[in-house]
Amino acid sequence: MSEEQTGMFGAIGTGDTSGYGGLVRTAAATGSTERPFGGYFDQVADDLERAYPDFSDAITRVVVDRGELTLHIKKSRLVEVAQILRDKLLFEMCMGVSGIHYPERTGAELVAVYPLLSMTKNQRIRLEVATSDLDPHIPSVVNVWAGNNWHERETFDMFGIIFDGHPGLTRILMPDDWDGHPQRKDYPLGGISVEYKGATTPAPSNRRSYQ
Amino acid sequence: MGLEDKLPSGVLLSTVEGLAGYMRKSSVWPATFGLACCAIEMMALGSAPKHDISRFGMERFSASPRQADLMIVAGRVSQKMAPVLRQIYDQMTAPKWVISMGACASSGGMFNNYAIVQGVDHIVPVDIYLPGCPPRPEQLMDAIIKLHTLISDTKLGPNREAVIKEVELAAMNAKPTIQMKGLLA
Amino acid sequence: MTTQDKSKNNLLDPYASSRETTEGTVFSVTGGDWDSLVSEIGESKEERIIVNMGPQHPSTHGVLRLVLELEGETVTEVRTGIGYLHTGIEKNIEFRNWTQAVTFATRMDYLSPIFNETAYCLAVEKLLGITNDIPERASVIRVLMMELNRISSHMVALGTGALELGAMAPMFFAFRDREIVLDTFEEITGLRMNMAYVRPGGVSQDLPAGMNIKLREVVKSLRKNFNDNAQLLIGNTIWMKRTEGIGYLDLAGCTALGITGPVLRSAGLPWDLRKMQPYCGYENYEFDVITADTADVYGRFLVRMAELEQSLRIIEQAIDKLDKLEGQPVMVADKKIAWPAQLALGADGLGNSLDHIREIMGTSMESLIHHFKLVTEGFRVPAGQVYASVESPRGELAAHVVSDGGTRPYRVHFREPSFNNLQSTSAMSEGGMVADIIGAVASIDPVMGGVDR
Repeated sequence: MSEEQTGMFGAIGTGDTSGYGGLVRTAAATGSTERPFGGYFDQVADDLERAYPDFSDAITRVVVDRGELTLHIKKSRLVEVAQILRDKLLFEMCMGVSGIHYPERTGAELVAVYPLLSMTKNQRIRLEVATSDLDPHIPSVVNVWAGNNWHERETFDMFGIIFDGHPGLTRILMPDDWDGHPQRKDYPLGGISVEYKGATTPAPSNRRSYQ
Repeated sequence: MGLEDKLPSGVLLSTVEGLAGYMRKSSVWPATFGLACCAIEMMALGSAPKHDISRFGMERFSASPRQADLMIVAGRVSQKMAPVLRQIYDQMTAPKWVISMGACASSGGMFNNYAIVQGVDHIVPVDIYLPGCPPRPEQLMDAIIKLHTLISDTKLGPNREAVIKEVELAAMNAKPTIQMKGLLA
Repeated sequence: MTTQDKSKNNLLDPYASSRETTEGTVFSVTGGDWDSLVSEIGESKEERIIVNMGPQHPSTHGVLRLVLELEGETVTEVRTGIGYLHTGIEKNIEFRNWTQAVTFATRMDYLSPIFNETAYCLAVEKLLGITNDIPERASVIRVLMMELNRISSHMVALGTGALELGAMAPMFFAFRDREIVLDTFEEITGLRMNMAYVRPGGVSQDLPAGMNIKLREVVKSLRKNFNDNAQLLIGNTIWMKRTEGIGYLDLAGCTALGITGPVLRSAGLPWDLRKMQPYCGYENYEFDVITADTADVYGRFLVRMAELEQSLRIIEQAIDKLDKLEGQPVMVADKKIAWPAQLALGADGLGNSLDHIREIMGTSMESLIHHFKLVTEGFRVPAGQVYASVESPRGELAAHVVSDGGTRPYRVHFREPSFNNLQSTSAMSEGGMVADIIGAVASIDPVMGGVDR
């Protein structure tokens, strides 16, 4: 997250500037974390660099935050890195694909996050791949970790990220003929106001919200 | 064939109504339509020795809707499930009743969003609405007992048509909720 | 009997007995027309039939759709259809504040609500950086509730699994034991299911007085009751014939498909997050990780039965710890995060305790402000993303939480074990008999609320 917060804090649309927690939004830095990372993260980064000579080209950022290591990877290199992580660094299990939509990051709106688990070494890392809204294609890792089949279908269904190379990329949670991708930020929540005697309560997306 | 074609008139009709109502309520077979959390409470009502639904003769949950009388819609109905719900309801043979169990089935519950049908009465006609999240098995039993009263009081034949006309007239003349004011209006 | 329309172009009538599609003829069975179906199928030259075990089915563990391609009684292909319970929980959470999101998270996997809540709360606490500030009593209560929930979830798994394979008595025994656990939940949290008890920072209220004694009695009665099911099923020839060798999925298959939980442990690998990556103080409890080496339905059944006893062990240790921690707080000390007011039972039900009301209205302005702002606006969580996992009865349940620094979650994604585990249905069932699919699905123990979210 690297957006700067402007304007008054408090509830949007009203004059409520009470801002209980203050306007502190720790904007996460855009650069990588400095070495040493701590724990087993240094080992992982070194092993990956040794096993994958194109490390500095493929991996744009290495972030260690709150005790977790995130590798930001260029999407064209995703499958290679995934293969090496599985075969050489023994991250046998991928815990799924999590999609995130950042509408304010032009050029990298759609992000797919792959948490990885190595049971042999008892280690966890995370891969993050970003792609633009205008070209929502990410290569599929189903050939590396077969369990990602449904996860990629779900991410496609909910965010519209098209995974190239997926054996059968169709909707999985919504009906097959549904329009739109529900968990994107520009898709409405779709609630209706609840009617009472003489008044209505607006749907959750229309109520006043605090920043 | 069927009871409705051979109804007598007058005093005999009320006797037949009473008898038919008594028979029909004594062994209602629910169709298994458990969807989400409410289904577990429905299973608890059906299988836990503490809340025993066999006392009503209802422990025989019928998987085939053709042999079921009661559809307890237990749980949230998603957009994908709605046509299936309607198809199962259509496959049930008359007389049939629907209990919408839980807040999600009655009104969409806490899930006021794109994925959940806001109330199963958009799809099927509901006889008893049972609020709760999830309703306790005792609450479901209360709903079933109220349904039994409803079933045993059902009118048949010309009496039924009169009741339907009356209910429709009342519904047409009723004030919509948004125009009501307070407890007394 | 109703006359069946034999015309082959009944595309408009969904209840026609047969209609032509691009994939071939589709037959609809509506009851009582078995002979017409058999004669119609006999006319076609196809050897393979595609059968739809639709979303409404007594044995598919919820709204799961299985499309089977059969050759006689042998299954050649199984395709799973999910999404019939998609509730949009993750998107709903984005419109609530951090504490309100617990009430949504808890309804995801409805058989293990405490695990959903704990995974989410551990993630939020990691983002806040207060993982070490959670009072020990709160962690012990969380462990106690999680293990009780594991017992109640396994009871449903065993009961419904046995019912689907034809045994009815285990269902009654299992639900009887489940009622004991649910009564305990009701005493502690106020609700039987979907309690929203675990909140970011701790738990919502302390155990009621005298609960320790009641819990020990509960453990005693459960330990006695588990014998009923054990004596009935373990070693039972019919049960073993139905479950041994069925639904085989070895270790390679499990790791490829990302499968965790009893299915993985039945393949022989003792992978349990409570031991390998402990949370909530699990490293201070003594218990064993149960494995089996047969990787079939019977192995998973044995693993679940043995896990019940291990859960009882942990609960006993938790009760002992609670005795020592009497009077400790159950919420984090930071007043800007801690959910205000411990609840108390008053004349009109469960609500804010009168002590708290007296404090905020009479003595402390600061407490009033905290209460007001926490309930209306909620606390702020610094920006970042975190992945926190717990070992739920079905496997690794994790919450991937992304915060943008505000009062609402930016994105919450739950990694549900049943979602991955259900992918193995095809691998387990293809090549076997139709009846074995039921056993395989029952042994995976999927909860469709978690699969579809």
